[in-house]
Amino acid sequence: MMNGTPPGGGTRADGEAGDPVGSRGSSARTGHPSADSSANPLQAPAASPTAAAPSPPATAPSWEDLVTTALLGTDRRAPAHVVPGRPAPVALLDAAAVATVRRRAGLRPARAARRPGPAPADPRPALPAPAARRLSVLLADRSGGAAGGRRGGSPDLMELLPQWLAAANAHGYAAPPQLLPALLDAARGRTDLRPAALAFAGPRALWLARLNPDWRFALRAAPGGGAALPDPADAEAVRRLWQEGLFAERAALLGALRVRTPGLGRDLLASTWATERAEDRLMFLDSLRTGLSDADEPFLEQALGDRSRNVRATAAELLSALPGSALAARMAVRASACVALDRTGSAPAIAVEAPLECDAAMERDGVVAAPPAGRGERSWWLGQLVEAAPLGIWPGRLGGRTPQEIVALPVADGWQGELHAAWCRAAVRQRDAGWSRALLGSPSAPEAGGPGAVSLAERAKLLAALDPAERAVWVAGFIATHGLSEAFQLLGVCAVPWAPPLGQAVVDALNIARDAGSYPWSFSGVMGLAERCLDPAEAVRLEGLLAVPDEREDAAPGAGGYWAEAFQRLVTTLRLRAAMTRELSPPAPATPPPGTPAHPPETPSPSREAAA
Amino acid sequence: MTEQGVRWTADQVLALAPDAASRKAGSKLAVAGPWSGTGSAEGTVWGLCKGSGSKPYQTVVDLADAAGPAYKCTCPSRKFPCKHALGLLLLWAGDDGAVPVAARPPEWAGQWLAGRRGRAETRRARDGAGPAAAPADPEAARRRAERRAERVTAGASELEQRLADLLRSGLAAAEHAGYGLWDETAARMVDAQAPGLAARVRELGAIPASGPGWPARLLEECALLHLLNQGWLHRDRLPDGLAATVRSRLGLPATPDGPPLRDRWLVLAQYDSVDPKLTTRRIWLHGAESGGTRLLLSYGAAGRAPELSLPVGLALEAELTAYPGSGRSRAALGERFAPPAPAAFRPPGVSTAEAASRYGEALRDDPWLDAVPVTLDRVTPVPDGDGWQLADADTDTALPVTRAARSRPGLWRLVALSGGAPVTVFGECGHRGFTPLTAWAEGEGEAVPLC
Repeated sequence: MMNGTPPGGGTRADGEAGDPVGSRGSSARTGHPSADSSANPLQAPAASPTAAAPSPPATAPSWEDLVTTALLGTDRRAPAHVVPGRPAPVALLDAAAVATVRRRAGLRPARAARRPGPAPADPRPALPAPAARRLSVLLADRSGGAAGGRRGGSPDLMELLPQWLAAANAHGYAAPPQLLPALLDAARGRTDLRPAALAFAGPRALWLARLNPDWRFALRAAPGGGAALPDPADAEAVRRLWQEGLFAERAALLGALRVRTPGLGRDLLASTWATERAEDRLMFLDSLRTGLSDADEPFLEQALGDRSRNVRATAAELLSALPGSALAARMAVRASACVALDRTGSAPAIAVEAPLECDAAMERDGVVAAPPAGRGERSWWLGQLVEAAPLGIWPGRLGGRTPQEIVALPVADGWQGELHAAWCRAAVRQRDAGWSRALLGSPSAPEAGGPGAVSLAERAKLLAALDPAERAVWVAGFIATHGLSEAFQLLGVCAVPWAPPLGQAVVDALNIARDAGSYPWSFSGVMGLAERCLDPAEAVRLEGLLAVPDEREDAAPGAGGYWAEAFQRLVTTLRLRAAMTRELSPPAPATPPPGTPAHPPETPSPSREAAA
Repeated sequence: MTEQGVRWTADQVLALAPDAASRKAGSKLAVAGPWSGTGSAEGTVWGLCKGSGSKPYQTVVDLADAAGPAYKCTCPSRKFPCKHALGLLLLWAGDDGAVPVAARPPEWAGQWLAGRRGRAETRRARDGAGPAAAPADPEAARRRAERRAERVTAGASELEQRLADLLRSGLAAAEHAGYGLWDETAARMVDAQAPGLAARVRELGAIPASGPGWPARLLEECALLHLLNQGWLHRDRLPDGLAATVRSRLGLPATPDGPPLRDRWLVLAQYDSVDPKLTTRRIWLHGAESGGTRLLLSYGAAGRAPELSLPVGLALEAELTAYPGSGRSRAALGERFAPPAPAAFRPPGVSTAEAASRYGEALRDDPWLDAVPVTLDRVTPVPDGDGWQLADADTDTALPVTRAARSRPGLWRLVALSGGAPVTVFGECGHRGFTPLTAWAEGEGEAVPLC
């Protein structure tokens, strides 16, 4: 056996066929038929010159010769090497078998290509093992979401990934390297996941993304297109990138500068402002929203004279968000002229006198002269003036009243809708909590649910100006009065996990909706939100809802079963989220006792879930 | 019964799943929500799972049997184990109090367990008592084998003729013939009861469309097929081991007949290859004491997962019995003495040069071998043009990654795990290059499956 008599034995080929195996240790190890590298690139025989040098035994035809003969056929091309008593094709196969086994037995490793540099070290602590397993399960669910129509009672894992990533990032864990490809694939498919996924994936993911074109988005998303942005202190490098970089690189640079040194970014923009194209001017100007301050006013004021109308409008909008700006003061004068307190009647009221014309100065300050179809031009101008005027002027203008009192005042001649809507837009733009509160009014007021002066979308924006606790209480009150049908948009702006009063209100409202006998999918939006946002501690309270209720006569057929299933999914998802946060909390001995200064004073919201 | 205090890890549980869909469905049920009445005792886990119906499913898993876990669930699923069994085991593996330790199983679970263990006892008693049942009529069996050998001989001779015709008229003609020619020949080989020949012939049909260099590859495969035919036709003059190899390459049935080898077997890799009719599962094992690497093959009918499933990175105490044939690593799993448990050891690795020479040496016993199992120590994945290499950390040699492995997601897991640093990689090394199957990061860290 050690001599390895090949199974082709018994014929004339016997002695030869024995060769490759027998001589494997000696000449065959270095003797590569040179044709091989082209025939089978992967086999990559050693590139050293000695590898190809020794020729095969004199009796054996070369491999190229065998292939050529085989390709043409022995009828057309007589084999170079004839074996008496053996038909030509068979002799050819004999020789090819010898050559094949010899070549395979003599394979050697190739020369190593240029190695990539090592990935930068990730100093963050490793993910706890259960959390790493959870992540791989969440990532594995990625493709499955759309497969089945009805979701049944099991949770939608992909929807939990954003929350998981936020929690992991809050703890500052490093991603397990072997999960990076799945993580990058998930982020590739869902742009909303990208910031959190890339933050969690860390430096090694960028190293990896340079090797795989599929993940190039990661380099684009990273500041400076993956290449390190110049240090803001390195003025020369910053200037060079700003002047020579591609648009995306320049936008990234400006964005990064505005976060930390807004003045530097503005000066950079101003230095090339005159030569930028109109589209670019608009994009760059928009990035000044970050870090906007009174110091930006002169530049914005100058941009009000821009050739492009969109640039002018954006500059005016930015200026009106600065209540101390000259533009805001000009708008205040114009708006005050239109709105006054009318004391002539039995009770004080607001009298409105809309502007009679839109002059050039107003247009320069961003007022659009031509109204959209169907709107009167005077009310159109009024709306824009009031929207851009600082809200702080109104108490003084209207008899020292508070925002609440002002909103409660009657408005003469049917101007109320127009005026209140403009105030709403102003409160949103200026992020004014006092006015937002006043304009929102009481959540249980009847007009809060119907089509009032304020649309639901606007109400959601107003809510964003309130602090999270107040927001949750307002939405809870709204749901208690008006039910869930209008609440979806409002719930979307509430902090996660939902505060107890809000969670209670949602659960109660779902319970009422079930008892009303409708199908749960009328509330699938709210259900989905509840799965993601309800505090996992609420799961206990939901236990009672899991049973299938007795079918009532007026209820939709089968609704009870579907509701039980929907609540089942809700509870299961809440438990899963609780498990997720528990797995992510660091092992007990490593946790400092609560209240230790070593702990970050402000726990981000996802880890607050862990405490619950 | 052994003490069953050790809870499994979630990975171990998930490795039992018959397919990816079950893995996912099981994971979703691994939360306390739908479960009630759960408990575990003496290597048994049970629970009631709320499904869509009014009555919850009763799920029991018996882990105490060294022959592998047994499942029972009242759900109608034909998957085995079903998602409820997987979910229950995951919940139990999670060890967060959702499955408490109980004194004894409830009535409904206890009945099934008692019945099962009773049957297992009688089987063991019976196996111990009499020898394995011999064929009913040895004479008839011998005649059957003879008839089959005649058919295979006729098939091999016919194939020799066809190969000779092909070489006479030239391979260039084969480029235009397409699959039809080969499919027909393959069907003839199936008729001749030589499935090994049929499979090789079918593969020949794909070579002309496989890109530049195909004539050389086609000639190689034709030559090896010729070598196999000749081996069969002259088997009486071959050494026993090589003759057995030829028989098994032809696809003739064989029974494992080697002496049972008891060892702690580390599961190195498990992967399935699926074709329309059959799912083939390959499991590579490494013996802690013997140092040998063995292959377990198991099969599932179309679309169903093979029953045997072993989680990568765990070790099991068991006996393996080798199949006949020199240089072949296939073995059958015999008695298992303990369920798989986490293993702290890794297979010892070699350099790329040593890996290539192992393949060369293995060809001496089996010239048809495409690849041998090898663990590479301290190698780094390196991009090389369109492909990848595994380069020795300390020398300038490297093995190319096979074309097939290049397009698998596992390659990127390997690259990510390495991050440019050396890793240990188990895989198959052959004339097409190296196929990575499992990797370990330097220092601590679990086995990361790549397939």
